[in-house]
Amino acid sequence: MSDATAPDLSRRSGQNTREFVYRAVFFTCALLSILTTAAIVVTLLGDAITFFAEVSPIAFLTGTTWSPANDPVSFGVLPLITGTLVITFGAAAIALPVGLLTAIYLAEYASDRVRSILKPAIEVLAGVPTVVYGYFALVYVTPALSVVFPAISTFNALSASIIVGIMIIPMVSSISEDAMSSVPDSLREASYGLGATRFTVSTSVVVPASISGIASSYILALSRAIGETMAVTIAAGNTPRLVDLTDPAGIFLNSIQTMTAAMVQLGASDVTGQSLAYRSLFAVGLTLFVITFAMNLISEWVASRYREEYR
Amino acid sequence: MAAETQTEGTDFGEVSRWKDRIFESVTLAAALFGIVTLAVLLVYVTIDAVGWLDLQFLTSPPHPLPEEAGIFPALVGSIVLMVLIALITFPLGVGAAVYLEEYASDGRLTQFIQLNIANLAGVPSVVYGLLGLGLFVQLINFGYGTLLVAGFTVSLLILPIVIISAQEAIRSVPDSLREASYGMGATKRQTIRNVVLPRSLPGIMTGTILALGRAIGETAPLIMIGVPTTVFGVPNGLFAKFSAMPMQIYTWSSYPDTAFQYGVVSAGVVTLLVVLLSINSIAILIRNKYQTVRS
Repeated sequence: MSDATAPDLSRRSGQNTREFVYRAVFFTCALLSILTTAAIVVTLLGDAITFFAEVSPIAFLTGTTWSPANDPVSFGVLPLITGTLVITFGAAAIALPVGLLTAIYLAEYASDRVRSILKPAIEVLAGVPTVVYGYFALVYVTPALSVVFPAISTFNALSASIIVGIMIIPMVSSISEDAMSSVPDSLREASYGLGATRFTVSTSVVVPASISGIASSYILALSRAIGETMAVTIAAGNTPRLVDLTDPAGIFLNSIQTMTAAMVQLGASDVTGQSLAYRSLFAVGLTLFVITFAMNLISEWVASRYREEYR
Repeated sequence: MAAETQTEGTDFGEVSRWKDRIFESVTLAAALFGIVTLAVLLVYVTIDAVGWLDLQFLTSPPHPLPEEAGIFPALVGSIVLMVLIALITFPLGVGAAVYLEEYASDGRLTQFIQLNIANLAGVPSVVYGLLGLGLFVQLINFGYGTLLVAGFTVSLLILPIVIISAQEAIRSVPDSLREASYGMGATKRQTIRNVVLPRSLPGIMTGTILALGRAIGETAPLIMIGVPTTVFGVPNGLFAKFSAMPMQIYTWSSYPDTAFQYGVVSAGVVTLLVVLLSINSIAILIRNKYQTVRS
């Protein structure tokens, strides 16, 4: 904040009322962000509470069948949560190692010129609309995968996970690189002075020293994967299915349904304001919001640790 | 970083040098992985769009026959929506950023607002769709899938990004300029209007335009608030139903017909990406034109 250093030298006389009005207008704009959060909570809670009056929260959280529209209706959210976890794990398996290695390359190996080209190029990955990624997964990635896995379904968790993983690489790499760049050079020089190679410096000094920044980027990327919607709706399909751990291959090669995809399916159907199915939309939305909001808070808290350490 | 400190040309440590080389190649491969994959997919979609992306496609409404299908109403819908979002987010985002950077003290409330903005930036877009559905459709009753509801909903979604980038732009204005303005007897309001805002405007514009690029690709919130998947005309008012390019792509991608899958949708995807790319180029041009050395 700039006026922490610049003393307030503004003229006091005569202008006070107008100054106050301007300040109030700007403050209202800033307050809008808190109002937005409040509105999200109130909107989600409002319909979710009426939903939970009819379906007990325990039945919602432990039920193993999700069938909001077809008779007999059932509102067990577990198949959607396990579906979301499958995508998140698959995406993490790609984005976490690739993103970390990318950050190491950018922070430790790349010359300034290479970095100035590579960094924005990687950030383009996050700017491609997710509906486009979904289309890519369905039309190009799945047919390519069917060469290796002939048993793969048209809609499957594998190609959706791969594409979501690619989408969240920049989230891991850019935050991790910031953390690595803020590691003081004196630590690197001390290590080089002991005869270490750049490999040793990267893996034994820089990565451990920036671990809280890396952890923060991981949590944020996972949160983004959980909330990702269009790519998983288009590519992973709409089959709410409890994960069957006895069939590891089947988990990824078949269609699943995530929480977000279930929301899109309900949102696109003709459920009206009074039906239970409509309200279940808000119950799932609330679950998703609570999970991602908690993860974002944790990520923020973890990140603040590295910022303090090297300020 | 610290490259010059590495020792060169010594005999010892051959094994670790090999490890170092291999590790460098692995990290470089990782850095290129995403870019190369995306590039390959873009080449595929461009090849598939050849023959489909023509004037007829850009100027026709959707049609069940792939040869006659077009994206015109969705293209216009997306552009109109984007203008509406710009009109809403620009003043609100700049206002909030000015408050946080120029007025707010470093107290609890400011920290809370700041944390809240950071968190809002990470809320899934589909949840914003539910907010729009509950608030603008059900409570205020602006109507299902209207331009106005979509404008407000997506504006709230990109507002945190606009605020954060505007804050960075305002923060980069050197304090000496503010002090000079106060030294001339200017009030805080005059200083903000005549010194801070003109100086940070290019940065604010760049951030806003990049956020608009994100807005144009948003699909999930539009589905939630009931934006129709197929519309044959262009919107003629704020309460008109409309469609947008990502909605049209989502609908087409579910058609089993290969002429749609590999032809019409590819043309739609390329159109959307070209519009997105043009928007981002404008942002980069503004940034390069006004880029000043930070002091």
